[in-house]
Amino acid sequence: MNIPYTVEARPDTGLPNGKLGIWLFLASEVMLFGALFSTYILLRVGAVEWPHGELSVVLGTINTIILIGSSVTMVMAWASLKMHNWGRHRLYLALTFLLALVFLVNKYFEYSEHLAKGEGPWHSTFLAIYFTLTGLHGLHIVGGMIVMAYFLGPGAKMWKTEPDRFANRIEYTGLYWHFVDLVWIFLFPVLYLL
Amino acid sequence: MSSDPAEIQKSVRSYMTVFAMLMVFTVITVAASRFHLAVPVGIAVALIIAAMKGSMVAAVFMHLSHEKRWVYGTLLLTGAFFLVLLLVPLFTSLDSLAIGSPWTAVKSGE
Repeated sequence: MNIPYTVEARPDTGLPNGKLGIWLFLASEVMLFGALFSTYILLRVGAVEWPHGELSVVLGTINTIILIGSSVTMVMAWASLKMHNWGRHRLYLALTFLLALVFLVNKYFEYSEHLAKGEGPWHSTFLAIYFTLTGLHGLHIVGGMIVMAYFLGPGAKMWKTEPDRFANRIEYTGLYWHFVDLVWIFLFPVLYLL
Repeated sequence: MSSDPAEIQKSVRSYMTVFAMLMVFTVITVAASRFHLAVPVGIAVALIIAAMKGSMVAAVFMHLSHEKRWVYGTLLLTGAFFLVLLLVPLFTSLDSLAIGSPWTAVKSGE
Protein backbone atom coordinates (compact mmCIF):
# COMPACT_ATOMS: atom_id res chain seq x y z
CA MET A 1 0.00 0.00 0.00
CA ASN A 2 1.39 3.36 -0.97
CA ILE A 3 0.36 6.30 1.22
CA PRO A 4 0.04 9.37 -1.00
CA TYR A 5 1.50 12.83 -0.31
CA THR A 6 4.23 11.68 2.07
CA VAL A 7 6.83 13.42 -0.10
CA GLU A 8 5.00 15.55 -2.67
CA ALA A 9 2.62 18.24 -1.46
CA ARG A 10 -1.15 17.85 -1.54
CA PRO A 11 -2.56 20.21 -4.16
CA ASP A 12 -5.16 21.72 -1.79
CA THR A 13 -3.02 22.31 1.31
CA GLY A 14 0.30 22.77 -0.46
CA LEU A 15 1.85 20.53 2.20
CA PRO A 16 2.83 16.89 2.56
CA ASN A 17 0.40 15.12 4.91
CA GLY A 18 2.92 14.64 7.68
CA LYS A 19 3.76 18.32 7.92
CA LEU A 20 0.14 19.40 8.39
CA GLY A 21 -0.30 16.47 10.75
CA ILE A 22 2.56 17.47 13.02
CA TRP A 23 1.43 21.12 13.09
CA LEU A 24 -2.08 20.02 14.09
CA PHE A 25 -0.55 17.90 16.84
CA LEU A 26 1.53 20.86 18.01
CA ALA A 27 -1.67 22.93 18.07
CA SER A 28 -3.14 20.43 20.53
CA GLU A 29 0.07 20.61 22.57
CA VAL A 30 -0.28 24.41 22.74
CA MET A 31 -3.70 23.88 24.34
CA LEU A 32 -2.27 21.34 26.80
CA PHE A 33 0.60 23.51 28.01
CA GLY A 34 -1.56 26.60 27.68
CA ALA A 35 -4.04 25.13 30.14
CA LEU A 36 -1.21 24.50 32.61
CA PHE A 37 0.26 27.99 32.17
CA SER A 38 -3.23 29.37 32.77
CA THR A 39 -3.36 27.25 35.94
CA TYR A 40 -0.02 28.70 37.04
CA ILE A 41 -1.29 32.26 36.51
CA LEU A 42 -4.48 31.60 38.46
CA LEU A 43 -2.63 29.93 41.33
CA ARG A 44 -0.01 32.67 41.56
CA VAL A 45 -2.41 35.61 41.31
CA GLY A 46 -4.66 34.00 43.93
CA ALA A 47 -1.86 33.22 46.34
CA VAL A 48 -1.14 35.39 49.37
CA GLU A 49 2.57 34.70 49.08
CA TRP A 50 4.76 33.02 46.46
CA PRO A 51 8.20 31.53 47.15
CA HIS A 52 11.37 32.86 45.54
CA GLY A 53 14.82 31.33 45.33
CA GLU A 54 13.66 27.74 45.81
CA LEU A 55 15.01 26.69 42.42
CA SER A 56 18.59 26.77 41.19
CA VAL A 57 18.80 29.51 38.55
CA VAL A 58 22.24 28.19 37.56
CA LEU A 59 20.91 24.71 36.81
CA GLY A 60 17.90 26.18 35.03
CA THR A 61 20.11 28.40 32.87
CA ILE A 62 22.41 25.49 32.02
CA ASN A 63 19.36 23.42 31.02
CA THR A 64 18.09 26.31 28.87
CA ILE A 65 21.44 26.48 27.04
CA ILE A 66 21.45 22.69 26.62
CA LEU A 67 17.93 22.58 25.17
CA ILE A 68 18.51 25.51 22.80
CA GLY A 69 21.72 23.77 21.70
CA SER A 70 19.78 20.58 21.06
CA SER A 71 17.34 22.56 18.86
CA VAL A 72 20.30 23.72 16.75
CA THR A 73 21.72 20.19 16.43
CA MET A 74 18.23 18.92 15.53
CA VAL A 75 17.78 21.42 12.68
CA MET A 76 21.34 20.67 11.54
CA ALA A 77 20.45 16.94 11.48
CA TRP A 78 17.70 17.76 8.96
CA ALA A 79 19.85 20.22 6.99
CA SER A 80 22.62 17.60 6.70
CA LEU A 81 20.13 15.18 5.12
CA LYS A 82 19.06 17.87 2.64
CA MET A 83 22.75 18.31 1.76
CA HIS A 84 23.02 14.51 1.35
CA ASN A 85 25.56 14.19 4.16
CA TRP A 86 24.51 11.01 5.97
CA GLY A 87 27.46 11.01 8.38
CA ARG A 88 26.82 14.58 9.53
CA HIS A 89 23.11 13.79 9.95
CA ARG A 90 23.90 10.81 12.21
CA LEU A 91 26.30 12.92 14.26
CA TYR A 92 23.84 15.77 14.77
CA LEU A 93 20.92 13.45 15.59
CA ALA A 94 23.05 11.57 18.12
CA LEU A 95 24.19 14.89 19.62
CA THR A 96 20.55 16.00 19.96
CA PHE A 97 19.74 12.76 21.78
CA LEU A 98 22.74 13.20 24.07
CA LEU A 99 21.88 16.81 24.93
CA ALA A 100 18.32 15.71 25.75
CA LEU A 101 19.77 13.05 28.05
CA VAL A 102 21.95 15.62 29.85
CA PHE A 103 18.87 17.84 30.30
CA LEU A 104 17.05 14.94 31.96
CA VAL A 105 20.05 14.14 34.17
CA ASN A 106 20.08 17.76 35.39
CA LYS A 107 16.35 17.54 36.00
CA TYR A 108 16.96 14.39 38.04
CA PHE A 109 19.47 16.25 40.22
CA GLU A 110 17.01 19.09 40.71
CA TYR A 111 14.11 16.80 41.58
CA SER A 112 16.12 14.60 43.93
CA GLU A 113 17.45 17.64 45.80
CA HIS A 114 13.90 18.72 46.56
CA LEU A 115 12.52 15.24 47.24
CA ALA A 116 15.36 14.44 49.64
CA LYS A 117 14.11 17.31 51.81
CA GLY A 118 10.54 16.01 51.59
CA GLU A 119 9.66 18.85 49.22
CA GLY A 120 7.48 17.06 46.71
CA PRO A 121 4.45 18.42 44.82
CA TRP A 122 2.44 18.00 48.06
CA HIS A 123 4.65 20.45 49.92
CA SER A 124 3.37 23.75 48.47
CA THR A 125 1.28 25.19 45.66
CA PHE A 126 4.43 26.45 43.95
CA LEU A 127 6.06 23.02 44.00
CA ALA A 128 2.82 21.39 42.84
CA ILE A 129 2.70 23.50 39.67
CA TYR A 130 6.50 23.32 39.28
CA PHE A 131 6.54 19.50 39.32
CA THR A 132 3.45 19.31 37.09
CA LEU A 133 4.78 21.70 34.44
CA THR A 134 8.37 20.44 34.38
CA GLY A 135 7.26 16.82 34.81
CA LEU A 136 4.98 16.96 31.77
CA HIS A 137 7.69 18.80 29.85
CA GLY A 138 10.18 16.10 30.89
CA LEU A 139 7.84 13.39 29.62
CA HIS A 140 7.74 15.21 26.29
CA ILE A 141 11.54 15.16 26.24
CA VAL A 142 11.46 11.39 26.81
CA GLY A 143 8.94 11.01 23.98
CA GLY A 144 11.18 12.97 21.64
CA MET A 145 14.16 10.85 22.65
CA ILE A 146 12.23 7.66 21.82
CA VAL A 147 11.50 9.00 18.33
CA MET A 148 15.14 10.03 17.86
CA ALA A 149 16.32 6.61 19.03
CA TYR A 150 14.02 5.03 16.43
CA PHE A 151 15.49 7.17 13.64
CA LEU A 152 19.02 6.47 14.88
CA GLY A 153 18.20 2.75 14.96
CA PRO A 154 15.71 0.72 12.94
CA GLY A 155 14.08 3.76 11.33
CA ALA A 156 17.28 4.76 9.53
CA LYS A 157 16.74 2.06 6.90
CA MET A 158 14.30 4.33 5.05
CA TRP A 159 17.16 6.63 3.95
CA LYS A 160 18.29 3.90 1.53
CA THR A 161 14.81 3.20 0.07
CA GLU A 162 12.93 6.53 0.30
CA PRO A 163 15.38 9.33 1.18
CA ASP A 164 12.96 12.25 0.70
CA ARG A 165 10.32 10.62 2.88
CA PHE A 166 12.95 9.96 5.56
CA ALA A 167 14.11 13.59 5.39
CA ASN A 168 10.49 14.69 5.89
CA ARG A 169 10.19 12.44 8.95
CA ILE A 170 13.31 14.04 10.44
CA GLU A 171 11.85 17.47 9.69
CA TYR A 172 8.65 16.61 11.57
CA THR A 173 10.68 15.25 14.50
CA GLY A 174 12.52 18.57 14.45
CA LEU A 175 9.27 20.54 14.55
CA TYR A 176 8.17 18.60 17.64
CA TRP A 177 11.56 19.09 19.25
CA HIS A 178 11.59 22.86 18.61
CA PHE A 179 8.16 23.03 20.23
CA VAL A 180 9.50 21.25 23.33
CA ASP A 181 12.31 23.85 23.40
CA LEU A 182 9.76 26.65 22.97
CA VAL A 183 7.80 25.46 26.01
CA TRP A 184 10.99 25.48 28.09
CA ILE A 185 11.87 28.99 26.85
CA PHE A 186 8.68 30.15 28.58
CA LEU A 187 8.86 27.74 31.54
CA PHE A 188 12.35 28.85 32.58
CA PRO A 189 11.67 32.55 33.27
CA VAL A 190 8.19 31.87 34.63
CA LEU A 191 9.28 29.27 37.19
CA TYR A 192 12.92 30.16 37.89
CA LEU A 193 13.17 33.92 37.47
CA LEU A 194 9.83 35.55 38.25
CA MET B 1 10.87 24.37 1.23
CA SER B 2 13.86 24.47 -1.09
CA SER B 3 15.95 21.31 -1.14
CA ASP B 4 18.80 22.90 -3.09
CA PRO B 5 22.00 22.28 -1.09
CA ALA B 6 23.20 25.85 -1.71
CA GLU B 7 19.97 27.24 -0.20
CA ILE B 8 20.36 24.94 2.79
CA GLN B 9 23.93 26.23 3.27
CA LYS B 10 22.55 29.75 3.55
CA SER B 11 19.98 28.52 6.06
CA VAL B 12 22.76 26.98 8.17
CA ARG B 13 24.26 30.44 8.63
CA SER B 14 20.92 31.78 9.85
CA TYR B 15 20.58 28.80 12.26
CA MET B 16 23.94 29.69 13.82
CA THR B 17 23.04 33.39 14.01
CA VAL B 18 19.77 32.56 15.76
CA PHE B 19 21.62 30.25 18.17
CA ALA B 20 23.99 33.07 19.10
CA MET B 21 21.09 35.48 19.60
CA LEU B 22 19.22 32.95 21.74
CA MET B 23 22.29 32.64 23.98
CA VAL B 24 22.52 36.44 24.29
CA PHE B 25 18.83 36.71 25.17
CA THR B 26 19.20 33.93 27.76
CA VAL B 27 21.98 35.90 29.44
CA ILE B 28 19.88 39.10 29.27
CA THR B 29 16.84 37.42 30.79
CA VAL B 30 18.86 36.00 33.70
CA ALA B 31 20.63 39.35 34.23
CA ALA B 32 17.30 41.21 34.17
CA SER B 33 15.97 38.95 36.92
CA ARG B 34 18.80 40.15 39.16
CA PHE B 35 17.35 43.68 39.21
CA HIS B 36 14.54 44.01 41.71
CA LEU B 37 11.99 45.37 39.29
CA ALA B 38 8.37 46.03 40.21
CA VAL B 39 6.35 42.84 39.70
CA PRO B 40 4.40 43.89 36.58
CA VAL B 41 7.58 45.31 34.99
CA GLY B 42 9.53 42.16 35.78
CA ILE B 43 6.80 39.97 34.30
CA ALA B 44 6.60 42.15 31.17
CA VAL B 45 10.37 42.09 30.63
CA ALA B 46 10.60 38.32 31.14
CA LEU B 47 7.68 37.59 28.82
CA ILE B 48 8.84 40.00 26.11
CA ILE B 49 12.30 38.41 26.05
CA ALA B 50 10.76 34.91 26.08
CA ALA B 51 8.42 35.89 23.22
CA MET B 52 11.35 37.20 21.19
CA LYS B 53 13.30 33.98 21.77
CA GLY B 54 10.23 31.90 20.96
CA SER B 55 9.49 33.74 17.73
CA MET B 56 13.09 33.25 16.57
CA VAL B 57 12.82 29.51 17.21
CA ALA B 58 9.45 29.40 15.43
CA ALA B 59 10.43 31.57 12.45
CA VAL B 60 13.88 30.11 11.71
CA PHE B 61 14.20 26.63 13.25
CA MET B 62 10.59 25.65 12.52
CA HIS B 63 10.70 27.41 9.11
CA LEU B 64 7.51 29.28 9.96
CA SER B 65 8.70 32.44 8.20
CA HIS B 66 8.04 30.77 4.84
CA GLU B 67 5.35 28.26 5.61
CA LYS B 68 2.07 27.61 3.86
CA ARG B 69 -1.28 29.24 4.58
CA TRP B 70 -2.74 26.08 6.13
CA VAL B 71 -0.09 26.10 8.86
CA TYR B 72 -0.60 29.83 9.53
CA GLY B 73 -4.37 29.23 9.67
CA THR B 74 -3.96 26.37 12.14
CA LEU B 75 -1.74 28.51 14.36
CA LEU B 76 -4.04 31.56 14.19
CA LEU B 77 -6.97 29.42 15.31
CA THR B 78 -4.82 27.89 18.03
CA GLY B 79 -3.70 31.32 19.19
CA ALA B 80 -7.27 32.54 19.48
CA PHE B 81 -8.35 29.53 21.53
CA PHE B 82 -5.19 29.77 23.62
CA LEU B 83 -6.07 33.35 24.56
CA VAL B 84 -9.56 32.24 25.58
CA LEU B 85 -8.02 29.42 27.62
CA LEU B 86 -5.71 31.85 29.36
CA LEU B 87 -8.11 34.69 30.07
CA VAL B 88 -11.64 33.34 30.64
CA PRO B 89 -10.87 31.32 33.81
CA LEU B 90 -8.97 34.33 35.12
CA PHE B 91 -11.89 36.69 34.43
CA THR B 92 -14.48 34.38 35.97
CA SER B 93 -12.54 34.12 39.24
CA LEU B 94 -11.41 37.74 39.59
CA ASP B 95 -13.91 38.51 42.34
CA SER B 96 -12.67 35.82 44.67
CA LEU B 97 -8.96 36.43 44.20
CA ALA B 98 -6.79 38.01 46.93
CA ILE B 99 -6.28 41.15 44.83
CA GLY B 100 -10.01 41.84 44.97
CA SER B 101 -12.07 43.65 42.38
CA PRO B 102 -10.57 46.91 41.01
CA TRP B 103 -14.07 48.48 41.02
CA THR B 104 -14.56 48.39 44.82
CA ALA B 105 -11.23 50.17 45.23
CA VAL B 106 -12.43 52.91 42.85
CA LYS B 107 -15.85 53.24 44.55
CA SER B 108 -14.41 53.73 48.04
CA GLY B 109 -12.25 56.49 46.62
CA GLU B 110 -8.89 54.86 47.24
